[in-house]
Order: sequence, then C-alpha cells, then structure tokens
Amino acid sequence: MSGADNVVWLGTPAFPEAARGALADTRLRANLRRATGTIRDKRLKAAAELHDWEELRERAAAVKRRTLRHLDHHLLRLEKAVTAAGGTVHWAADAADANRIVTYLVKATGEREVVKVKSMATQEIGLNEALADAGIRAYETDLAELIVQLGGDRPSHILVPAIHRGRSEIREIFLREMGEWGSPAPEGLGDDPRELAEAARLHLREKFLRCKVAVSGANFAAADTGTVAVVESEGNGRMCLTLPDTLITVMGIEKVLPSFADLDVFLQLLPRSSTGERMNPYTSLWTGVTEGDGPTDFHLVLLDNGRTATLADDVGRQALACIRCSACLNVCPVYERTGGHAYGSVYPGPIGAVLTPQLVGVENAASLPFASTLCGACYDACPVKINIPEVLVHLRAEAVEAQRRGRFLPTVEALAMKATGLVLSSPTRLAAAQWLAALGARLVARDGRIGALPGPLARWTGTRDTPAPPRESLRAWWRRSKAVKGTQGHASAEEEAAGDRP
Amino acid sequence: MRIALFITCFNDTMFPDTGRAVTRLLERLGHTVEFPQGQTCCGQMHFNTGYRPETLPMVRRFAEVFAGYDAVVAPSGSCAGMVRDHHRVVAAQYGDNALTEAVEEVAPTVYELSELLVDVLGVTDVGACFPHRVTYHPTCHSLRMLRVGDRPLRLLRAVKGIDLVELPAADTCCGFGGTFALKNHEVSNAMLADKMRHVQSTGAEFLCAGDNSCLTHIGGGLSRLRTGIGTRHLAEILAATEGDTR
Repeated sequence: MSGADNVVWLGTPAFPEAARGALADTRLRANLRRATGTIRDKRLKAAAELHDWEELRERAAAVKRRTLRHLDHHLLRLEKAVTAAGGTVHWAADAADANRIVTYLVKATGEREVVKVKSMATQEIGLNEALADAGIRAYETDLAELIVQLGGDRPSHILVPAIHRGRSEIREIFLREMGEWGSPAPEGLGDDPRELAEAARLHLREKFLRCKVAVSGANFAAADTGTVAVVESEGNGRMCLTLPDTLITVMGIEKVLPSFADLDVFLQLLPRSSTGERMNPYTSLWTGVTEGDGPTDFHLVLLDNGRTATLADDVGRQALACIRCSACLNVCPVYERTGGHAYGSVYPGPIGAVLTPQLVGVENAASLPFASTLCGACYDACPVKINIPEVLVHLRAEAVEAQRRGRFLPTVEALAMKATGLVLSSPTRLAAAQWLAALGARLVARDGRIGALPGPLARWTGTRDTPAPPRESLRAWWRRSKAVKGTQGHASAEEEAAGDRP
Repeated sequence: MRIALFITCFNDTMFPDTGRAVTRLLERLGHTVEFPQGQTCCGQMHFNTGYRPETLPMVRRFAEVFAGYDAVVAPSGSCAGMVRDHHRVVAAQYGDNALTEAVEEVAPTVYELSELLVDVLGVTDVGACFPHRVTYHPTCHSLRMLRVGDRPLRLLRAVKGIDLVELPAADTCCGFGGTFALKNHEVSNAMLADKMRHVQSTGAEFLCAGDNSCLTHIGGGLSRLRTGIGTRHLAEILAATEGDTR
C-alpha cells in the first residue's frame, strides 16, 4: 500500500477501539441519530411512492451483475466512445498511478489550483494530498466536503461527509478557516443554516470564477455513448463541470453501464435511496467536449485500485455494484452509534465493511467484517440488492484464514473455536460440557443468576445478568422422562453413552 | 405429523424449558415430537465468526440426524436460518456432493416455530392463555433471514388474556449479534441500552421473542437494571394454558 493510498487511514485503531471514542462523544451520537433518522424516514417514504420499487431494485441488480461479468468489454467500449467524442481516457492501476496522471494533467495546464466536485474515488486515492505535494491546491466545493476540508477533518459518511458536525461547530470552522483558503467568512456570522450556506456560497463563488481546472468523480458512465454523469444537490458540481477549461474525471472502473438507457433505472433509485428525493436537483451529463459549451479539454481517468482483485471473488464482487447512495449507512444500528471515523476508511458503514477489506486486502482491515451484528437491515435497504451480510461472513472467513496463514501460534479465539467445535460436533462431549457448565454455574450463581465476572467474561457480564444453566439439559430430561424405546431413532452407541454421563 | 425437535445447543444447555414448551404445545395440537439424541449444534457461531472448516462436522451431523422427518422445528430463528441458508454454503465449500444433496434434502424441512405452526400446521390460535402485558421483539434473523413476517404476532394475538403492546423501534437490532457482543461489546451495550429503553417504555411485564439468545442479552440487561421485566420465549407463551401459565 502506498502512503498516498487513502482507502484505509493508516494509524487508525481497529474498529472496536475506534468505536469506543465515538460512543463516548454524546454530541456526535446525537448528531448521528438525528441525521440518520431523518434520512431513513425520507427514504422509506420516497421508496414507497413507487409501485415498482422492488422491480427496479431487481433490474438494477441485474444490470450491475451483467456489467461486472463483462467489465473489460464495457470499459473498452467506453474508452472508444469517449475518445470519439473528443475526450482522452487514461488507465490507472492504483492510487499512485491515478494521482500521477491527474497531477501531470493539472501541471500541463500551467495552473496551480483546481476546484473539485465531491468524489469518493478521489478521496479513496488521497488526491488532494498528492496535489498539495506537487504544489497544487484543491478546493472542495460540495458544502459538506468543504466543511470537512476546512476543519482539517475526515469525512464520516459517504453522502453527508460532515454528518458528525453540528451547525455551531460549522460556524466555528467557517470563522476560523475560510480566510486561510480564500474569502473569509462574513463578520457576525450566525449558525442559522441559511446564513452558513450563504457564507459558503460567497466563499466558493470566487473560486468557481477563478479556477481553470476542475476535478470530478463520476456516478455513472454509459459505454455506448461515452456519456459521464454526476448527480448532486447543490449546483456546485454543475459549476465545476461547466465553467473551467479543463475537466478531469476520476472514475472507478465499476461505474460503467452498458448503455445510456440504463441510466433510467439508476436515476430513479439513487436519489430516493440516498436523500429521499424523487430526483436529484442537479443531474449533469456530458459527452466528451463540445465547442463553445463547457470545458474544451476532458480527461477520464479509469481507476482500478483493487477492483479487479475484488471482481475475481465470486461472493465479494457484488460489493462493486454499489452506487454510493449510503442507504446502508443510514439504516445501520452500528454506524448510527459509532459514526464513520471508527471504520478508519474512506468507505464507512456496512458497504465500507465489505468494500474496504477487498480493496486493500482483508489482512489490512481485518476488524471491519466483524463490525456488524449481521442484522440484515443494510441488505433490505440496498437499492441494488447487495447481500452485505453474505459478503461480511464470507470476508470473516477470509480474515480468519489470513490470520491462520500469518501466525505460528493460534489466537485465543482460534483455540476457543477449535475447542467448542469439538464439543459441539459430538453429543457425548456436548452432554458432558453441559453437565460441567451446570456444576460450575452453581458455584458462582446467586438466586439462579450470574452477576459481574472478572477477566474476559466481563465483556458480557459487566452489563448483563446471566441465568445459571439448569441442572438438567433438555437432552438429559428427554432421556429421563420422555424416551420410549422405538422413538429414539438414529441413536448410536456414542449417543447411548451421552445419556449416561451426567 | 412426525416432527423432530431441533432444540439448538444453546437452548439445550440454558433453556430446556423452551424445549419442554415446544413439545407440550405440539403434543397438545396432536403431533408426535421426537428428539434425536444425536443432535448437537447448527454451527452458526463458528460460521458467523469465520471458522468455516470447524463448521463442517456440525453441518454433516445435522444432515444425518435430521434426515427423513416430516418436519424439523427449531425454537430459534437464527439457527433455523443457519440451517436453511448457510449449511449449503459450507457443504459446497468443504464437503462433497453427497453432503450437498443431504443438506438440500433436509434444509426445506426445517422450520422456525411460528412458521411451522402457521404455514405447516395451519393454526394461529393454539389454545393458549397468558394473562399478562407482553411486548414482542422480532429478532433480526427471524425478520430478515427467514421473513417470518407477522406470524408470531398473529399467534400471540390469539392468546387468551394477553395484553399485547407494541414495542417502539421493534425492528432495530438489540445489539447481540453472537460474538459481536464480545468483539464489539461497547457498541453492543449502546444498542442494548436503547432497546431496553424502548422495552421499558411499553410498561410490559414480559418481553417475548423467538430467540433465547437475543432474550438472554436483553433480559440480562433488564435484570441487571432491576427493571422487573421478565423474558419469555414465544414457545413458552404459546404453551401456557389456563391453570398452567408457566
């Protein structure tokens, strides 16, 4: 992994530890609960308006499945169409590659600053930092992304990067930082959302009119026409996509769709799933360059950065169908309590827990597949029907395998799993263990309940009483009181012995 | 019908009362219940924690032990889901064709209790009586893996004397999640706190669910806080009758 690779934030602790800080931050939890609750309700209403919602999900999932199976073919078609329309296509194998290409393209214009449309792909490769290293300043123009950038912060949500910030915090950031980056915040700025939005508008307007180069991501690209699409809510993206002379788009290779007509289903699903709106306020589509209209120079950087490896995994590849709507984040009870930073990755929440380990290798994000109760709310919410719980348990198995390969001594957990596996695969051993458990419990239980225990058991017993196991397991009771010859069925010598033990 | 009881290792060890309730209930409805003594565990803990090779012997054993019954009933949504959805994954990855065939044969005969009652046996009023205020938590795997829908609620509504009250944010996970409760115990506790707040807001005497694992987690918290709210597995409420409301 190169230093510029931003998929995982180096130095971030594993999820359980990172979550601890977030849980202690009551303001953060209140912000998250309010924001995710609001979006969740809006999404449900917006989805319920369409009588064919389930059908749309199925169609979208099918298009994605089909496209991913022949990704190479569609990407070559896209390259051909973009080139024919006057654009230039570049292929980037990894983050360093992509950053090198974009830096080179910006430098070639002689400019030293760029405006940016909010983009997960450029977050993923750490483009802003790479440009800064080359002496180029990148200005985020999405309101939430601007708040994150000015605050020297990291995004904690895919769609609402500043979801963890309250309005008074935003006011403080604007007053403190805007002057450092351009026009300062107006004096006497209050924390009313309208006032804050107006301050951002004034700050950004100057940049839109000055900058000659823009960098964007892409929500979709149609292989047949070479059309690239960006959807957004504020119009700042539209400014970046139309005003500058040079437009550089960095796009993950999985964003390609076979045809322009496929946009139909996704432009219905995406806004309803992400913001609960029927349509995106701004949907910008462009095909190469057009004389006298918009940028005169267009570059499309196609980014792999772990995607081909992900594609090779039959179960895991479905994560590449993600359209970055964030519906899974907003319904996830774990995300709601920890926020995005705990995931230590540019992709947080349930989709991050399956995408990040695949992009960077499961051994580099081993705690993420376990950052879920497998409750399945994410799968139900996903507009393209990514079976996130299925991928999570698949990746858990890979994480365990990776650990087995990398270690000479098994972990405590592996030993425990081995031991319980032995017990649970034999009725004799299980009966003996039940007998022992009941005996042991009687030594520590009071009034039939086990209270707080020391050591590793404190993780469970610190907050919950546990009923003491009863003296007689069901199997023992059955043998004693119910078993009649002839109804035993399948009893073996081993099982006969099982009943005699306790 | 010849119904096999898959008690699950957890209920077998910790909650034999639930197994006795399932038996009493099904026998009251006129069915024969058998308990294959060779049964052990569905392997869910190992599977969900990533220890797949260790799951294989349990999958193999389950397919052998429960072959040939009209129906297999499990008083656990998550264990029933494991058997129906994931045994074939383990069989395909580590087993052989014979095991895959055996799994495919057994899996469709396995039902969670409310599914068995409503879909297979065709009853919603099981003649139960439970004169208490009860709130119901639909466990995630029953809700989203098995899609039991409102079957448990239909069964509960038919119980005589019951005062069934709605649980706010019922379909939000309680934070148990198997080994999640240990690996991410702090997040688990935060989720538990919210679930308990909602349970307490109902004024219920008992919290009911179809999975004793979730109930152990929520009930353990309620007990530690001395709330006085008890837990009852769905089977225990459905098995209770007038004069015998265990």
